[in-house]
Amino acid sequence: MSDFSATPAVSPPVRPGQIALRWLLFSLLGLFALFYLMPLFVMLTTSLKSLEEIRSGSLVALPREVTFDAWRTAWSEACTGIQCEGLRPYFWNSVLLAVPAVLISTFLGAANGYIIAQWNFRGANLIFSAMLFGCFIPFQVVLLPMARMLGLMGLAGTIPGLIFAHVIYGIGFTTLFFRNFYVTIPGDLVKAAKVDGAGFFRIFWSIFLPLSLPIIVVTVIWQFTQIWNDFLFGVSFSQAGTQPVTVALNNIVNSTTGVKEYNVDMAAAIIAGLPTLLVYVVAGKYFIRGLTAGSVKG
Amino acid sequence: MSPILNIQSLSKNYGAVEILKDVNVAIDPGDFLVLVGPSGCGKSTLLNCIAGLEPISGGSISIDGRDMTQVSPKDRDIAMVFQSYALYPTMTVAKNITFGMKVRGVDAATQARKLAEVARQLQIEPLLDRRPGQLSGGQRQRVAMGRALVRDPKLFLFDEPLSNLDAKLRVSMRSEIKKLHQNLGATMVYVTHDQIEAMTLATKIVVMKGGVVQQIGTPAEIYNHPANLFVADFMGSPAMNLIPARTQRAESGIQIEITRPEGAPMILQGPQVQDLPEDIILGLRPEDIIEAGMRSGANVQAAKCRIDLVEPAGADTYVVSELGGRQVTARLHAETKAQPGAMLDLAFDLAKVSFFAPDTGERLN
Repeated sequence: MSDFSATPAVSPPVRPGQIALRWLLFSLLGLFALFYLMPLFVMLTTSLKSLEEIRSGSLVALPREVTFDAWRTAWSEACTGIQCEGLRPYFWNSVLLAVPAVLISTFLGAANGYIIAQWNFRGANLIFSAMLFGCFIPFQVVLLPMARMLGLMGLAGTIPGLIFAHVIYGIGFTTLFFRNFYVTIPGDLVKAAKVDGAGFFRIFWSIFLPLSLPIIVVTVIWQFTQIWNDFLFGVSFSQAGTQPVTVALNNIVNSTTGVKEYNVDMAAAIIAGLPTLLVYVVAGKYFIRGLTAGSVKG
Repeated sequence: MSPILNIQSLSKNYGAVEILKDVNVAIDPGDFLVLVGPSGCGKSTLLNCIAGLEPISGGSISIDGRDMTQVSPKDRDIAMVFQSYALYPTMTVAKNITFGMKVRGVDAATQARKLAEVARQLQIEPLLDRRPGQLSGGQRQRVAMGRALVRDPKLFLFDEPLSNLDAKLRVSMRSEIKKLHQNLGATMVYVTHDQIEAMTLATKIVVMKGGVVQQIGTPAEIYNHPANLFVADFMGSPAMNLIPARTQRAESGIQIEITRPEGAPMILQGPQVQDLPEDIILGLRPEDIIEAGMRSGANVQAAKCRIDLVEPAGADTYVVSELGGRQVTARLHAETKAQPGAMLDLAFDLAKVSFFAPDTGERLN
C-alpha cells in the first residue's frame, strides 16, 4: 500500500474483503428496496386486474389480462356514500385546496423568514421561537378552536376555510425553512441595497426572492405533501361537496355494496397519491438544479 | 470652504456598552479620510453611522451642510463599498451597477450611458453580462466600486474594501483607488485596519482605539508627531521604537539616559529647551537610527550598541539591539557590515524624536 502513496492519481487497490463488504451492503439495500416496493407492486397489479381474477388468482401474481376498468371506476364512478361520482370531484377539491394553501403559506414563510433573519427588531427571536413552537402542536389540539374560529369567520365547511387552517398550521414550518436559509445570506447585501435606495419590499422582491429557489422548492415539496395527504383537517372542516381526495378515498374504501372491489380501492389509492409523487419528480429536479446553479462557472 | 462631512460629539451605545465616545470629525470636499485602528475599535461602526445604517445614540452628522442625523441611508447621497463586496448574486454585473439607478427611477438611456462610462473607467466591459459568482475577487471588487461610482454621490464610503484580496492585488487596487480619488476629486471615507493603506491613501487620518479618537491629522502629522503611545506604536512598519529612559538636567540642557545590557548607560543630549519629567519614553522611528557617519546634523549622536539580530529586507537591512530593556530596531543600508553579536556604532537622529509620559502615554513635546 505504501508504494502507492506517492502516486495519488492511481486509486489504491481494493482488497477482496472490501469487495465482499460492498456486495453485502448493496444486496441488503436491494432487499430493503424490494420490501418497500412490494406494496406498490401489489397495488399496481391489483388495480389492473378484474375482480374475477383477484378472487381466483394469487395476490402477487401479474395480471393475466390488463384492464383499466378499475381506474375508470375509481376516477368517475365509484361510490362515496350515496353519491357515485368517483374521486374526480374530490381530486379537484384537493387541487383547489392544496395549490393556494401551498402558495400562500410558502410566500408568508418567505416574508416572515426575511423579516426575522434580516431585519432585527426587538422581540424577533421571541416571535421566531413562538412560531417554532407552533410546529410542534399536534393537529388534534387545534381541532376545536379552529372549528370555532372557522365558524365565526363564516368559513366552516368551505374550501377557503380548509386553506386557512392549512396556511396557519404551515406558517411555522415555512418560516423556519426560510429563516434558516436567509440567516446564511450576508447582512451586507441588505445594507448595500439600502444605500442603493431600495426599501423593505424592494429588497425582498429583487434580491431575496430570486436567491430563494432551492428553499422555495424544499418548502413547496414539504407543504404540498403535508396538505395533500392531510386527512384530519379534511375530515373535520369539510362537508359534503368540499371534501378533499383523502376523505373521499376513505369513503370509497368504506362504502361497499356487497362485493369489496379491491381493484377499485387500489386504483383510487394510487390516484390519490400520484400528485405528491409528481411534485417530487418535477420539483426534485429543480431542487438539484437550484443547489448547483451557483457553482457552475460560465 | 464648509466641511462636506461634519460629525459632532457622536456617541453610540449598544445597551450599556459604549461603542463610540464623543467623536468629532470634519472633512473638506475632496478629502480622503481614513479611519484606522485595531479590530473592535469602532471604525466600521462609525462608517455605518455615517451611512445611516446604524442609528446613533448622541451627537449629529451633517453632510454638505444638511443635518443627516435622522435621514435614512438612501437619502444621504452616499455610496458604499463593502468588505464582502455585497454584490447581488442573482443579478448580472450590469444589473448590479444599475440597480441603484433603477430603484431611483432614472431613465433607461441615462442608465446605459452611465453604465458604459463606469465600465470603461474600471475596465470591466467584458464582464457586464456575467454574474458575481463567475468573477474573481479582484473583478468583484471592481464591480463593487462601479456600483458606487455610477451614483456620483457626495460621499464615498469604503469598508475595508481590500482586505479580502491577496497581497499583490491589494497593492494594485490601492493605487487604483488613489488614482480614482485624484481623477474624480471626490470625497471619500475609508475604513481599514492596515496602517500602510491609511498612510498611502489618506489626506487625513483618524486613529481610533476602543471607540475613542486618538488622533486626527495628515499622514505626516500622525507619523511624525503621534499624539500618544498607542498611535506611535500602531502607525508605521516596523513600529516606532519606544525606549524607556531617564532624564537629568545638566548644564548643557537635558541628558537622556538609556540603560544597556552591558556597560555604562547610553547618554544622549536632549533638546535645549524642553521641560521633561524624570521618567520618559523616548520614541524614535527605525529610520532615525542609522549607522554612524551616514547622516550629519546637530541632533545626530552616536553610541556603541551590541547587535542581536540582522534582518536583510532587500532595500534596507534592519538590525535589532537591546536598549532600555526593549528590542530596538534600526534601519541600515542594505550593504551594512553589521554582524549579530558584534558591536556597532549607531547614530540616533533626535530631530524627529517623540517623548511620551510612561503613565498616561501622552506626548510630551
